Amino acid sequence: MNDIRTIALIAGVLTLLTAATAIGQFLRRHPDRGLDPAAVNTFNLRLRGWWIMCTVLAAAFWLGTTATVVLFGLVSFWALREFITLTPTRKGDHRALFWVFFLFTPLHYVLVALNRYDIFSVFLPVYATLFVLARVAVAGDYKRFLERTAKIQAGLVVCVYCLSFAPALLQIPIAGADGSRSANFRLLFFLILLVQFADCMQYAWSRMLGRRLVAPSVSSNRTWEGLLGSATCTALLAAVLWWAAPPFEPWQAALAGFVVAIMGFAGGMTMSAIKRDRGVKDYGTLVVGHGGVLDRIDSMCFAAPVFYHITQLVAGGTP
Amino acid sequence: MLSPADTPRPAVSAGDGAVADGPSVLCRAAGLTLAALARLLSGASVRWIASQPDTCQRVYFANHTSHLDAIVIWSSLPQAVRELTRPVAAKDYWQRGLVRRWLAEEVFDAILIDRTDIKVHQSPVDLMLREVGNIKSLIVFPEGGRSVSGEIGEFKSGLYYLAKKRPDIELVPVHIDNLNRVLPRGEFLPVPLLSCISFGPPLWLERGEAKLDFLERARRAVIALKE
Repeated sequence: MNDIRTIALIAGVLTLLTAATAIGQFLRRHPDRGLDPAAVNTFNLRLRGWWIMCTVLAAAFWLGTTATVVLFGLVSFWALREFITLTPTRKGDHRALFWVFFLFTPLHYVLVALNRYDIFSVFLPVYATLFVLARVAVAGDYKRFLERTAKIQAGLVVCVYCLSFAPALLQIPIAGADGSRSANFRLLFFLILLVQFADCMQYAWSRMLGRRLVAPSVSSNRTWEGLLGSATCTALLAAVLWWAAPPFEPWQAALAGFVVAIMGFAGGMTMSAIKRDRGVKDYGTLVVGHGGVLDRIDSMCFAAPVFYHITQLVAGGTP
Repeated sequence: MLSPADTPRPAVSAGDGAVADGPSVLCRAAGLTLAALARLLSGASVRWIASQPDTCQRVYFANHTSHLDAIVIWSSLPQAVRELTRPVAAKDYWQRGLVRRWLAEEVFDAILIDRTDIKVHQSPVDLMLREVGNIKSLIVFPEGGRSVSGEIGEFKSGLYYLAKKRPDIELVPVHIDNLNRVLPRGEFLPVPLLSCISFGPPLWLERGEAKLDFLERARRAVIALKE
């Protein structure tokens, strides 16, 4: 039963992606349709990103829980690199940063893999924060002390702590699941699907109906109409796909979809604000024309912890 | 105009002997591993701006911010070019300890310059030219030391004499961004931030160009790559 659902979900997504790729290629070959070529190009680039994402995720899912946690750990590591690269640090932060990269980030993911929710839920926000404060103080450079430590902490929380709630979904015990993890993998896939869908809807609604910009100085394409449209559409999609996400009733799935869309929006706005402040458009140059890893996962970082806790609430019991 | 064929070549010297033998398998493997590691750790994105990698004889000159500079530039070059390129490094740093010495001499094939003992008849420029023969390329840091402030300091005159003695060699400006944050002066543990290495279009010493003008032009060429 479970596996029929998994196959249905995967087949559905693959069909959608294939159809979208076909449309994208058709539009690229026929530039005379009156569509903005830049938008078509963005669309095609996005699609390529999704294909890569799907392939990597499929490989990780197939290899199992630990492999998926490791994959997310690597993504976090890279995102944190981009984040800290863009935020100016001083020499006094160097040692603290070393431990943040090579001790706290890996150890946090080890705790996630070991399913130690009791420790990993406080490890970064409490212990890493205390360590960073103390280590920077000991380094002896007090200039703009709070500002500098806050930057490192923000990077850790957004790029590492929040994102790790996505693979942590694999550890939530689900009543009625047959011991295999396929229900949990579907849950994670469900989250990723909703986040990506919300992003697209936000873009589409903003372009079609967008009038009122939320914060023109931060983002020139995020509108209230886009937010509302994307939240509604994502809630609808979630309700339609409720069967794929094990512990949810349709209305609960809809609520989760609604919240995921709003959190994704919040993540995008936050990263835009940081980028604007630093005067850059994208976070990295991993693949030319693709922006960075952080540009791809900003919505995910904000949506993952909320989705995790909603799921936990619905599934009942503590992990 | 001077074309490479017209220019007098220095006599073939000991430096070329190494080419015939080739480095040992161990050294080659170590070189490849280190290059990959350096690329991974420094997250270096490499840009060639109005410039192309080439195996012709060149002097890559760069701003100096970190001990990693030479190895990261070296590892940013395509392998065929890398095998022909020798970093110029300070003897006092690279001859300390067995590992460092082995890396400098066998793996990077570095030319070590004694900063404390520079004599007129034994100038570093002559040594460099003797070592590269007419095959190898060089990586130099004309500031003479790592800058502390992050600003690019005045260039020392070595680059000018290199250009004057071998006008056929292409001088390629290289800008290193952010590597001083990966491994700042006085630290030995790296933080894996993302850095950027930019190679610019080659320049040559103009006929009759004064030393200071040339050095300033070269310095500006490096600064221009910042954006």
